[in-house]
Amino acid sequence: MYLATTGRRTDAPSRPAGTRRRVPGTVIALGAVSLVTDVSSEMVTAVLPLYLVLGLGLSPLQFGFLDGLFNGATALVRLLGGRLADHGGGRHRTIAGAGYLLSALSRLGLLLAGGAAGGIAAALAADRLGKGVRTAPRDALISLSAPPEALGRAFGVHRAMDTTGALLGPVVAFAVLWATADAYDAVFAVSFATGLFGVLVLFLFVPAGARAGAGAGAAGAGAGVAGAAAGSGPTGRSRNRSRALGDPVFRRVVTAAALLGAVTIGDSFLYLLLQRGLDLPPLLFPLLPLGAAAGYLLLAVPAGRIADRTGRRLPFLCGHVALLTAYLTLMAPPGWPAAVLVLVLLAVFYAATDGVLMALAGPVLPPDGRAGGLAVLQTGQALARLVGAAGFGAAWTWWGPRPALAVAALGLAAALVAAWRILPGRESS
Amino acid sequence: MKARSVVVIVAALVLLGGSLGYVLHARQRGGGQPLAAAENSFTLDEPGLYYRDAATGRVARSPGPADGPSCARFHTGGDRALCLLALPGTPARTRAVVYDRRFTELQAVTVPGIPNRARVSASGRLLAWTTFAVGDSYAAGTFSTRTSILDLRTGYLVKSVESIPLTVDGARHHAADVNYWGITFASDDNRFYATVSTGGRTHLVEGDLRAWSARTLRENVECPSLSPDGTRIAFKKKVSADPAAPWRLHVLDLAGLQEHPVAESRSVDDQASWLGETLGYALPARDGKGTDVWSVPADGSGTPHLLVPGGSSPVTVPAASR
Repeated sequence: MYLATTGRRTDAPSRPAGTRRRVPGTVIALGAVSLVTDVSSEMVTAVLPLYLVLGLGLSPLQFGFLDGLFNGATALVRLLGGRLADHGGGRHRTIAGAGYLLSALSRLGLLLAGGAAGGIAAALAADRLGKGVRTAPRDALISLSAPPEALGRAFGVHRAMDTTGALLGPVVAFAVLWATADAYDAVFAVSFATGLFGVLVLFLFVPAGARAGAGAGAAGAGAGVAGAAAGSGPTGRSRNRSRALGDPVFRRVVTAAALLGAVTIGDSFLYLLLQRGLDLPPLLFPLLPLGAAAGYLLLAVPAGRIADRTGRRLPFLCGHVALLTAYLTLMAPPGWPAAVLVLVLLAVFYAATDGVLMALAGPVLPPDGRAGGLAVLQTGQALARLVGAAGFGAAWTWWGPRPALAVAALGLAAALVAAWRILPGRESS
Repeated sequence: MKARSVVVIVAALVLLGGSLGYVLHARQRGGGQPLAAAENSFTLDEPGLYYRDAATGRVARSPGPADGPSCARFHTGGDRALCLLALPGTPARTRAVVYDRRFTELQAVTVPGIPNRARVSASGRLLAWTTFAVGDSYAAGTFSTRTSILDLRTGYLVKSVESIPLTVDGARHHAADVNYWGITFASDDNRFYATVSTGGRTHLVEGDLRAWSARTLRENVECPSLSPDGTRIAFKKKVSADPAAPWRLHVLDLAGLQEHPVAESRSVDDQASWLGETLGYALPARDGKGTDVWSVPADGSGTPHLLVPGGSSPVTVPAASR
């Protein structure tokens, strides 16, 4: 049985005959929303530094500082979004939609600010606020829409669509800049229209929270429309949503995720090490993350399917083993084969951990506490990664890149052993 | 189900149409500013204050029309002018163009990043520029700098000054996070001053091109600008943790390493330029769009004075002494 069901379900839900069940329409719709929204947001991200520094003469260091500040705030806003979505039972779509809408409107703010620094800062803050608010309700919706035994694939499909949007965004932005001879306002206008379309798709094609969400009433299933196969849900505990962290199983998941997050050194460091190792021309530098994102895009769905078959604990841990292998590869003599290997390993890491962790944690949480619980998990992981990146940066400065990498690898190995024991054990039925 | 599809298709068409309309409008309007070459009449022969005009994006001489070339950052010294241009597209790239007195293009170098600082030595033989490298959307959104030096005597280009052996507080320093920005050259065309940042601190660094070495002199000195007589350095000093107003313009006496603030109390994020005994620098314009050029006496007396509304990159060209 799956982790979700180990602790609390007495009945053993029958596994569907074939694993080739279709991904629920709601998940596809949410994936489409993420795709469209990521095109919208990444096209702005790609041109924003250029616009601020060149178009407006803003100080890049100040912008960098504000950007980091807003990013940090996202983590806390996410908790709020999760709580709001759960409150009153399944307002997931409304809260997620509000987040998407806020981000879309922030492009209009960029357009109307017309270069006033205060207006731009406000628009950026609104964008981050929207992003923070929507993430947990959206992931809760996905986990409530798909049957528990197919969650890995559902998240895989969603993340693959999401990444597709992220890859397309800069391309669209570049096309607009090229067509208009560097009119940044045109990028914002197109981004606004795209973002609005994403919100529309959400409200038209994703069932309202009440249907996909708690649904605790009649059936007592709480697993949502497509989750019928899951059988009866943990309704009895569904009123304990504010005590997600009080649940020992969930607490163990959060602890393991945070522990592993704290020894994750941050992609930018890995790319920097690769670039230095290869002596890559700086103009080619952006190709590294692009390669990893493309790999993630391809591997997200297969990794999700594997996770559905084997249970999510194993792929999640294996993903971190891939990351550990990437660290070790970076310590080997540099060269193109090593670089390609690192990018592939990084893609494996993301594919086997990002959506898989949500699939792992989702079923543990009661439906009407799911968004809040996922928000706690995501925030915990994000904060731990922040600490990890800062720590690695400091270690790099003090000891140099190779010793820092060695320490990170040791730390990750230790965290892996710990996570192996912390994460609930037997998952197979 | 049918109605939903119709709504989505109609909305997609409307939004697509609106986007296309805006793009076409922006295209017709001319989008950003087109790149312009200098008019034939525009040369460095006339002494005076040169600056970048925000409205046209071109170099201007005060007073007068902006007839110079398009530049994001501009500086001049001797018979040479340096112009940093942002190339369109992502990732960001900067084209550093070297001009002669008549603004004929002599040489151009393309480097990654966003144009930031430009300096020409008083003789016009050495040029330096700094760009902000941008992590693209997939990497972290943080900035780091790249500073290049071009020696016109030898034609040698130092793509990144980061490779220079650095001594911090008397000890040889090795770190991956070393960043340089804002070079200013001494009149011997060998010594230079710059900002170096490492381990979260910024230092004033003195460099020697021939010996290819650099050592730090003092902490918390950014964007140095050496006075024409080589005795003082104007710089921005971080005085506040407030990201909205972190800096204050100071002047450092190199002989005794004593510093004093100037009468400008606003936060200046620019490499100041010596305009005789006053400093010129750009400040954000009051309406939030673009910058204005201000000046303030270097000795700490007086009050700031608005020099050129809608300008940046101020530099004085002395009367030709050929």
